[in-house]
Amino acid sequence: MRNVLALAGKELRAYFHSPIAYVVLTIYSALCGFFFYSFVATYVIQVFRMMEMGGGGPSPNINEWIIRTLLEGILTVVLLLLIPLITMRLFAEEKRSGTIELLLTSPLTDMQIIGGKFLGALGLYIILMILTFIYIALLFVYGNPSGLPLLANALGLLLFGAGLLALGMWISSLTKNQIIAAAISWGVFLLLFVLNWIESYSSSTLGRTLSYLSLTTHFDNFAKGVIDLKDVVYYLSVIVIGIFLTARSLEVLKGRP
Amino acid sequence: MIQVQDLTKRYGTTVAVSSVSFEVRKGEVLGFLGPNGAGKTTTMRVITGFLPPSSGKVTVAGHDVAEQPLEAKRHTGYLPENPPVYTDMRVAEYLAFAGRIKGVPRRELRNRVREVSEKCAIADVQRRQIGKLSKGYRQRVGLAQAMIHNPDVLVLDEPTAGLDPKQIIETREMIRSLAGQHTVVLSTHILPEVAKTCDRVVVINAGNVVAEGTPQELTERLQGFETVLVTAEGPEGEIKAKLERVEGVTLVDQRDIANGRVTFEVHADKQKDVRGDLARAVVESQWRLLELRTSGLSLEDIFLKLTTRDVSEEAPAN
Repeated sequence: MRNVLALAGKELRAYFHSPIAYVVLTIYSALCGFFFYSFVATYVIQVFRMMEMGGGGPSPNINEWIIRTLLEGILTVVLLLLIPLITMRLFAEEKRSGTIELLLTSPLTDMQIIGGKFLGALGLYIILMILTFIYIALLFVYGNPSGLPLLANALGLLLFGAGLLALGMWISSLTKNQIIAAAISWGVFLLLFVLNWIESYSSSTLGRTLSYLSLTTHFDNFAKGVIDLKDVVYYLSVIVIGIFLTARSLEVLKGRP
Repeated sequence: MIQVQDLTKRYGTTVAVSSVSFEVRKGEVLGFLGPNGAGKTTTMRVITGFLPPSSGKVTVAGHDVAEQPLEAKRHTGYLPENPPVYTDMRVAEYLAFAGRIKGVPRRELRNRVREVSEKCAIADVQRRQIGKLSKGYRQRVGLAQAMIHNPDVLVLDEPTAGLDPKQIIETREMIRSLAGQHTVVLSTHILPEVAKTCDRVVVINAGNVVAEGTPQELTERLQGFETVLVTAEGPEGEIKAKLERVEGVTLVDQRDIANGRVTFEVHADKQKDVRGDLARAVVESQWRLLELRTSGLSLEDIFLKLTTRDVSEEAPAN
């Protein structure tokens, strides 16, 4: 476990040695801030409108109106864009610079290598998540959203990100070129994002199955603040598949240099 | 310490290494000599556990690299041809990282980093970023990385490639100083390196071991006669005739003539030392003897002999 953590620490530090971490964090907080501001503004106008109508009823739900839209907004655009930037270097860079020889000739199992890299990338992702929740925490200062659904939001965001990281890590292990790794990741992620469109025009079993595989379908419940076991299992499977494929890819790498 | 038995490594249909066997004894420096593409790197990668063998068995410190890879790797330090350094890390940080993934206990880590840094003469660049170091320093950082967990076996793939002459000498001295405590396997295609640093040599060509032994043994084995070079001033035809009459001489060959000075290559029986007789023959005839020395086959000659012979023998089979 100690060497896994050593590797994870090295990966996390490597993001901050290079501009990647700063670029990703800056883009993320800028976009996230804009989303947040827009949704809050829309919400406030909505509240004023309801007051003008003379309605004395309860104000619209903050969780539903701001947090949910914020999370779905982040999801569909920002993470799709940024996660490949986090994962592209994981293996591609090691293969290009030859440092993979150090890892593969050290007394480490493949799983320890993969685990270390995955945790390192997850570390940077968790920093992004913390930024998101700083924005959300502001809502508690000026409003009264309910706290419990946030747990579901956080878990959903973590699982969703971890799933994409695992897939991105696998794609990075296929090439020596970081740009190629990022480009393929964007393609694959985008396809997985829009796979649920199939549902709207096909009701065959295949259509429904493919739609079920979409990354976005399974996030809806988390965004609403609901934890559904089948969504948890879905994302965990994505993570396991990503890690498994990376392990296979390392085997192939060792078969021929 | 290292045993390689019938090692074969194929990439698809290409055979990179075919049925190679050799042994490295504890504390010895073994030179792995061969032209580029002979299979040196492949063999080393199998020994270090980077590549699995297609067939055959390799054990390091008694551990089979295929069956107990982690144990074998704990006993092995590896410096690949390009030092596997993270250019954005600082030297001390990199060595500490290498130590941690190789299982150096936390308490000893600082000491180990300091020790290998001193041994490899990189103590003065601890805080520098590796990417900004010269090639020579990077190579030494790579070597320090290989030694960080104090392995029994060090595998060095062309450790002097790309260094300047001064650095090459320093690196060779460092490798010599490692012998005894560590068992070293180093590969090279530079011949003087072998003579200067290695106790034993394995010559490999086109995936096969073509010769094995100490540098002296190889020289003797390949040379059935003694060669003496004689330089004298005088009439070349007469000198030649005189030298040919000396007992034990089998062949006299005129090599060079300039300003009346003639150089002959004299082949003689291995058992008989003809040098005294040759000198007397020249001097008694009132010619001036300028130089007389034995000339062994250089490693270059051996190398060419071994590798070209192999090619010509193989050619008809293809």
